[in-house]
Amino acid sequence: MPKDSGIGASSKRREDVRFLTGAGNYTDDINAHGQAHVYFLRSDIAHGRINSINTSAAEAMPGVVKVFTGKDFEGVGGMPCGWEVTDRHGAPMQEPPHPILAQGKVRHVGDPIAAVVADSLEQARDAAEAIEVDLDELPAVLDMKAAAQEGATLVHDDLKNNICYDWHLGEEDNDKINGIFANAAHVTTLDLVNNRLVANPMEPRVALAEYSRGTDEYTLYTTSQNPHVIRLLMCAFVLGLPEHKVRVVAPDVGGGFGTKIFHYAEEAFCTFAAKACNRPVKWTSSRSEAFMSDAQGRDHVSTIELALDADNNFIALRTNTYANLGAYLSTFSSSVPTWLHGTLMAGNYKTPVIQVNVKAMFTNTVPVDAYRGAGRPEATYQLERVIDKAARELGVDPIALRRQNFVTQFPYDTPVALTYDTGDYHGTMDKLEAAADIAGFAARRTESEAKGKLRGLGINCYIEACGIAPSNIVGMLGARAGLYDAATVRVNATGSISVMVGAHSHGQGHETAFPQVVADMIGIDESMVEIVHGDTSKIPFGMGTYGSRSLAVCGSAMVRATEKVIDKAKKIAAHLLEASEADIELKDGQFSVAGTDKSVAWGDVTLTAYVPHNFPLEVEPGLEETAFYDPANFTYPAGAYACEVEVDPETGKVSIEAFTAADDFGNIINPMIVDGQVHGGIGQGIGQALLENCAYDENGQLLSASFMDYAMPRADDVPFYGVDHSSQTPCTHNPLGVKGCGEAGAIGSPPAVVNAVLDALNSGGKAIDHIDMPVSPSRVWTAMNS
Amino acid sequence: MYNFEFEKPSTIADAVAALGAEDAQALGGGQTLIPTLKQRLASPSALVSLSGIAEMIGVCVEDDGSVAIGGATPHAVVAREAASSYPALAALAGQIGDPAVRNRGTIGGSVANNDPAACYPAGVLGSGATIVTNTREIAADDFFEGMFSTALEEGEIITQVRFPVPQAACYEKFLQPASRFALVGVYVARFADGVRVAVTGASEDGVFRWSEAEAALSKEFRADALMDLKINPMNMIGDLHGSKEYRAHLVSVMTKRAVSACL
Ligand SMILES: Cc1cc2nc3c(=O)[nH]c(=O)nc-3n(C[C@H](O)[C@H](O)[C@H](O)COP(=O)(O)OP(=O)(O)OC[C@H]3O[C@@H](n4cnc5c(N)ncnc54)[C@H](O)[C@@H]3O)c2cc1C
Repeated sequence: MPKDSGIGASSKRREDVRFLTGAGNYTDDINAHGQAHVYFLRSDIAHGRINSINTSAAEAMPGVVKVFTGKDFEGVGGMPCGWEVTDRHGAPMQEPPHPILAQGKVRHVGDPIAAVVADSLEQARDAAEAIEVDLDELPAVLDMKAAAQEGATLVHDDLKNNICYDWHLGEEDNDKINGIFANAAHVTTLDLVNNRLVANPMEPRVALAEYSRGTDEYTLYTTSQNPHVIRLLMCAFVLGLPEHKVRVVAPDVGGGFGTKIFHYAEEAFCTFAAKACNRPVKWTSSRSEAFMSDAQGRDHVSTIELALDADNNFIALRTNTYANLGAYLSTFSSSVPTWLHGTLMAGNYKTPVIQVNVKAMFTNTVPVDAYRGAGRPEATYQLERVIDKAARELGVDPIALRRQNFVTQFPYDTPVALTYDTGDYHGTMDKLEAAADIAGFAARRTESEAKGKLRGLGINCYIEACGIAPSNIVGMLGARAGLYDAATVRVNATGSISVMVGAHSHGQGHETAFPQVVADMIGIDESMVEIVHGDTSKIPFGMGTYGSRSLAVCGSAMVRATEKVIDKAKKIAAHLLEASEADIELKDGQFSVAGTDKSVAWGDVTLTAYVPHNFPLEVEPGLEETAFYDPANFTYPAGAYACEVEVDPETGKVSIEAFTAADDFGNIINPMIVDGQVHGGIGQGIGQALLENCAYDENGQLLSASFMDYAMPRADDVPFYGVDHSSQTPCTHNPLGVKGCGEAGAIGSPPAVVNAVLDALNSGGKAIDHIDMPVSPSRVWTAMNS
Repeated sequence: MYNFEFEKPSTIADAVAALGAEDAQALGGGQTLIPTLKQRLASPSALVSLSGIAEMIGVCVEDDGSVAIGGATPHAVVAREAASSYPALAALAGQIGDPAVRNRGTIGGSVANNDPAACYPAGVLGSGATIVTNTREIAADDFFEGMFSTALEEGEIITQVRFPVPQAACYEKFLQPASRFALVGVYVARFADGVRVAVTGASEDGVFRWSEAEAALSKEFRADALMDLKINPMNMIGDLHGSKEYRAHLVSVMTKRAVSACL
């Protein structure tokens, strides 16, 4: 029976009322009295040496408050990187400075050179046009393999080369792995590109900073997934401000997808300039600026090799990847191609020997960092594409080949550093086969062929490591932060509850799902619980929302804090009921004495906590508890996806006819929200697979710098999805048994789509091994005709 | 945007007068011009809006059966009001952009702009329409002079476009995946005295007539008549969304589909 409230109920998303009726409060909706506006003069070339910048004409323009250049920030820190990766020889990664405004050189189109603060944005822009910048253009470093060669032009002159790190995970013994490959019954090799993406949240980035001379306090309103992380990084590493004098607020945020995790130069600039100008300073990114200043995603070039024995068992896997970091290290960029990617190369399979090699490269492009899935889509894509190719080469059923190699015993230690706690990959695949009617595919293919279309079926499995992360483990791996989270449960006198959570909600539906948990634990109506988030002055602390961690980590902190509240409330109830605390039971919002009909209501207990006339003397008044939760392990959501496409052989156009997802997310709090997360993730994955392509020309100019050329998925590009979440193996180490669902769709769908297209083309008699994403009509047609 | 004056006259004469000012520019629906201004790629001294000129808005059928569309008529109005008099053209208008673009963007603006991937130029050239301006009438064959270039003089405005109505016509548009303009669009119109085929999206010279296809189809109006015809990829556009060869191939496919749809 579906429940109508509490854990497991599809409660309607309460936040949608304000989002859908235009009543949200986004950063750009906030205006401070007397605010000035900043316009960033950005580089229009990819690589150049700055000889001089003359701002005197600009300073004399109407409305101009102050013009800033890199010189103004010489005494200030640069943008920090939050993760130090150690290379294969044990040396730390090369970590070049990342100034707020360019110093000495510009390194990508969009790199900010100067900033004009003026009364109005148009005045700031007028003045920016009057700034004279004398630049010597340098050759742009773009191709990663060429950039890794000795003698290549350097993006950062002070580094020894363009390689941030050359990293390795898994099998150390090259002779051993070479031997396995040499003696394998079959080896499948595949070269592939994981295309660069622009996240494009609907709301562009915005920052508004205020400074009070009276109190020496700052407030920064910003479009962030993690306001405490921004405060910590900006205060400790960039501006050197005391944290207690800085409040960071991330109000309603219109989508993040990873790109709003990072601390950006514009945020630090506005905070710095608010004091320097003694006026609030506001920046609202235009969409064009977003294309050249928001951290971008993916951009890996890989070669993957899979060795199989004569019985089609996977015996070894080796991958070599060039990962593009862009011109500078963004906040978490270094972790994405390494610990969020290499560790996932085992996938759902018991391959005993795995070796992962990654060269991370600096190029004259926009910095690259986490984007929905972050490293895990890149791993899944490589693995699931090479398995699909192997199945075709061997003439075996791709589902059977996967099943044969599934991990079936848990816990399972992979050769790439993870321990999967639980899962049921066969069970999940059974669900997929039923939900997607795999058995009926042949008949559907015949129907498509009758219309002159090629039909293909693509299968994909994925596993992800979510709920990041155990702080002690990530600390060992180079993280410069802990990845716990926190919640304060504040019970008001009349029994309603405010829960201050560290996880930020920017579309995920926390404001609905989190109260379901607390209300369920106490047995009160969900409407009595409200979530407060996104303001460092209100919440205890928070590492924020990314990596599908909010419920698994912050939700666990919330459960712990609620348990503490209940424990204390039981003490008060025991006092009121003149019973022993051990005999008090809480059910449906009533505290009762076990085995009697004596009870007292939740509201009476909470009122007593704040009006403690008749109160246990050893207990403190009030009812508010905080808990920090640091997970013991990652969580491991896993699933199996099926995509069916039709290809028009005349034009190469691919249309997605059906998409089915069977996911195991462990326990589910709100099935409707989980379905929505999966729908959105698949939509983005289809976007990556068929449409999205962030491309630079040979001079480092962005070819897809607007929606005229960067193709976002639209409603008619995606089908009605089938989703099945009934395969549930609860996480073994967090109190809710939840695993996280936010990224699954984006991780699991691109290989399913590409596998389907190749299946269709091969069914039409074309022996085509691979087409790089986006699998556009033109690329399909070209593959079919070459 | 840079500052500019704004005028909204109610007659063609007043509009022409206002456009006499130095660097004044006509504003149709603003769907191309406003984004250009926002990016500071143009700095007109004045914008003269044509959307308040009643005589330039609407669709009517003339005595000779031709369909006359006012130069400031939005695409959505054409999609609706030409649906019975010239269904193929109405269908073309109904495929431009999204509802917001169709409710603002105008036929005059589209034709004057002559974007190499725009739809209307194919419909206008494929129909052999006449572009009527405040000073003269220009045959479609003489109007389009290559990408973003037309026979219009400075300050000259398109007041009407007059379409002869063919026996059968169809516009086949293959979408550029991002902009959803035409990656290739082909307009085929069959008249009693011959067939016209106009191609947009494909060529570096903008909209063009595919004369070999016209000759073959005028002899025999069947998709198969195009079997042996190929477009030379040399002058085709090659970009992120499709190579020259792909576009040349799509011209054939879309032409065949348009012909089949006419039958
Ligand atoms: C999101 C989007 C999607 C689009 N998709 C398509 C599509 O699929 N197919 C397509 O064909 N187009 C598409 N367009 C373009 C759209 O059709 C525009 O309306 C059209 O190109 C310009 O018309 P306008 O009336 O908006 O002209 P404006 O932008 O106002 O003006 C454009 C130019 O024409 C001049 N001008 C305007 N009216 C006249 C006139 N009567 N006489 C002389 N000069 C004039 C102006 O001075 C200016 O130079 C799209 C636009 C957008 C924003």
